[in-house]
Amino acid sequence: MPGVKSLEDLQDLRDETLKKRELVEQSAEIEITVGIGTPGIAVGARETMKAILQFIEREQISGVTVRQTGNIGMDSWEPIMKIRVRDFPVVTYGKITADLVEPLLRSHLLKNKPLSEFVIDA
Amino acid sequence: MDTKELSVENIQKTVRSACEAHGYEREAIIPVLLEVNRTLGYLPTPALVEVGRHLRTPVSQVFSVASFYYLLTVEPRGKHVIQMCESAPCHVMGGRQLYRAIIDTLGIEPGRTTPDGKWTFILTSCLGTCGVGPVVQIDDDLYGNLTPAKLKPLLARYTNGGE
Amino acid sequence: MSIIRSLVLVSADPYSLQRGSMEVFETIRQELHRRELADEVEVRLARDLGRHDIAPMVIVYPEAVVYGPVMPEDVPFLIEEHLYKGRIAPGLQVPVREISGRIAWVTARKGTLPAQQPILLSRAGKIDPENIEDYLIHDGYLALGKALTGKTPDEVIDEIKKSGLQGRGGAGFPTGLKWGFVRRAEGDKKYVICNADESEPGTFKDRVLLEGDPHAIIEAMTIAGYAVGADEGYIYIRGEYRLAQERFGIALDQARAYGFLGKDIFGSGFKFDIHMHSGAGAYICGEETALIESIEGKRGEPRPRPPYPTTNGLWGAPTLVNNVETLANVPHILRNGWQWYHRFGTPNSAGTKLYTILGNVNTTGVIEVPMGITLREVISIYAGGMKDGARFKLAQTGGSSGSIVPSSLQDTPMDFESFRKAGVSLGSGALLICDENTCVIDLARVLLNFFRKESCGKCAPCRVGTQRAYFILTRISEGIGRFEDLATLETLYKGLYQLSNCGLGNTAGVPLQGILTHYRAEVEAHIRNKVCPTGICSMSGALVAAEPVFH
Repeated sequence: MPGVKSLEDLQDLRDETLKKRELVEQSAEIEITVGIGTPGIAVGARETMKAILQFIEREQISGVTVRQTGNIGMDSWEPIMKIRVRDFPVVTYGKITADLVEPLLRSHLLKNKPLSEFVIDA
Repeated sequence: MDTKELSVENIQKTVRSACEAHGYEREAIIPVLLEVNRTLGYLPTPALVEVGRHLRTPVSQVFSVASFYYLLTVEPRGKHVIQMCESAPCHVMGGRQLYRAIIDTLGIEPGRTTPDGKWTFILTSCLGTCGVGPVVQIDDDLYGNLTPAKLKPLLARYTNGGE
Repeated sequence: MSIIRSLVLVSADPYSLQRGSMEVFETIRQELHRRELADEVEVRLARDLGRHDIAPMVIVYPEAVVYGPVMPEDVPFLIEEHLYKGRIAPGLQVPVREISGRIAWVTARKGTLPAQQPILLSRAGKIDPENIEDYLIHDGYLALGKALTGKTPDEVIDEIKKSGLQGRGGAGFPTGLKWGFVRRAEGDKKYVICNADESEPGTFKDRVLLEGDPHAIIEAMTIAGYAVGADEGYIYIRGEYRLAQERFGIALDQARAYGFLGKDIFGSGFKFDIHMHSGAGAYICGEETALIESIEGKRGEPRPRPPYPTTNGLWGAPTLVNNVETLANVPHILRNGWQWYHRFGTPNSAGTKLYTILGNVNTTGVIEVPMGITLREVISIYAGGMKDGARFKLAQTGGSSGSIVPSSLQDTPMDFESFRKAGVSLGSGALLICDENTCVIDLARVLLNFFRKESCGKCAPCRVGTQRAYFILTRISEGIGRFEDLATLETLYKGLYQLSNCGLGNTAGVPLQGILTHYRAEVEAHIRNKVCPTGICSMSGALVAAEPVFH
């Protein structure tokens, strides 16, 4: 276990982690983030997350990282998911229940066309 | 939350493991009671006595704590507990209509259990998920943006689940 | 910079241009000149407002009303109705998703408005809260390291004092001063408590922080421990916040494994650890002395004050009790310095504030804005306007015990100073926004119902007063209220304020007082005419409940 005993230790740990992250990010073309906070869960964010993982596995898409984060802050638009494809800006989608995951990812990831009617921030 | 297996051994075992997890000091009383409540569904009198014995605290004091907090209950409840938030934010966001719908669907007033023992309906203060109000909590799961139309299918998921 | 009353955006994407949006734009300009409104209203083109099916589109702010498709011949009518008479032009408005409007507004006004400035929320909602690495690459534990290796406890307290940080739990007490009290209090054993028993209805900012960025609170509590001379901390998280407890537990384990908690932190010889304590469902435990009682394993009944927890707290030892949001500011201040902190907010209320927005608006949730933003700005910018185009009636700031803000106070800057002057309180930062379909009697009844249930029952003014007020309000809502009831209600809220033992009873009557002051006519209509103007109260005339039994 790394025991941090000085500011230098902290700096080293941070640099090391950053380097590791960069490597992961380079290999991942697509990053999907789902807001898993209490309001999200209350309107089905966990089911959304499950549907995303299933879709990726079924379609055998490689280079995708799926992450969770806390409450994003726009509760009435939950479940919220963010997609970043390569260097394009992050697109935030709102009210993405599990049944919407497939059409959305099919359009955004496979055809490279974000579904504008669900975009809440870009 | 099955109440039929409340044998003396079961109660003793539950209290013992809760005390092992949270300690035997007086300050452990709330965590211990919370865990026992979660495992048994409520706090039967023998459990209170048992907690008092382990923590070397008079039963009267155990009871006074158990009866103070909303998450602790000394009365048995139905198989499923539906809690509805009755605070102002949920109220103005459609809680009024939802409240009537729950009463009509279950046929019971708040604080009561259905005759078949399947549901207990209680009103609760804010659950802190007001952004997606009105909110209900069924057992441990929260449901937001609930409308009277979505209520019936939701309840059916619990009663038809074969649990 | 000139001050404008309204901003009109005309869509100018290729599709809109093809369908004549430039003509619309020109016609609007001419029409504004003709009506001499050109100085008050600004017209701009917006590259893309997102909806091609209703192009060309016109959006009018601050109401964020979307019109479309708008043809040049519609313009005179639109201007006359919306900008001259001040109402929504019938027939032209599209019931669209307000999303496009929100983005357009923020884009168009970037730099001129108090934009959302995330400090506390800079990580929550972006990082993975269950992974300490995410926290570390975002400057995590840097403030702790700097404090432990480069500052004395007194210097840390001094930094907090100079920053002007005020408690965010509701009372607004200067944080640095409180830290100083605990540091100077006599005793070898001291405690730090983080009050995360956030049970004020409508408030969930602390939950967002705990669920989204738990390490920030661990770091802040450890810094506080170092500053006041405590080696043990407690965090009291309300029992309903299961996910927050789970995530905080994970974060605690990680912090211990990395050596940010435990013995000899950062090689400084300072030791500190944190216990997590779950609440069991009691609003009153948000009161600091009740919270302490509850940690000690008793009923959560408040202690008489003084003595204050700063000298006689947990197990009689000097104890620092701070709210989650207050603590979340600490690492940022220590990392960037107090001067940096003064760049946000107003001179008397530094920093940013988290607000939870709820009620009849389009976007609910949590926002972080500098102190001093107005309610109107919050509603039209961050909340995406009122839901279904309804009109704003009132807001309640700060949860159940918060003040009622009528529409006449919509433009008061929201900071501790200005609100105090206007006679309203900022409270915990909940903004419950109600539209014209809200009945004030019904609202007051729901609020009093909350207090009568949450009153711990220790002192009579609160126990009986809240019951009485609830009963009278119920009677009025059933159409059998009497005029004497109003005088009784006034006596009750005064009595609650003056005689109750703790903050719960003191403030239980605040919304009631606000309603009786600002909405007297509506209340009297219930009594004199037996009519509920919004049609919400049942007015059935039935005696719903017998006089409640007091015990």
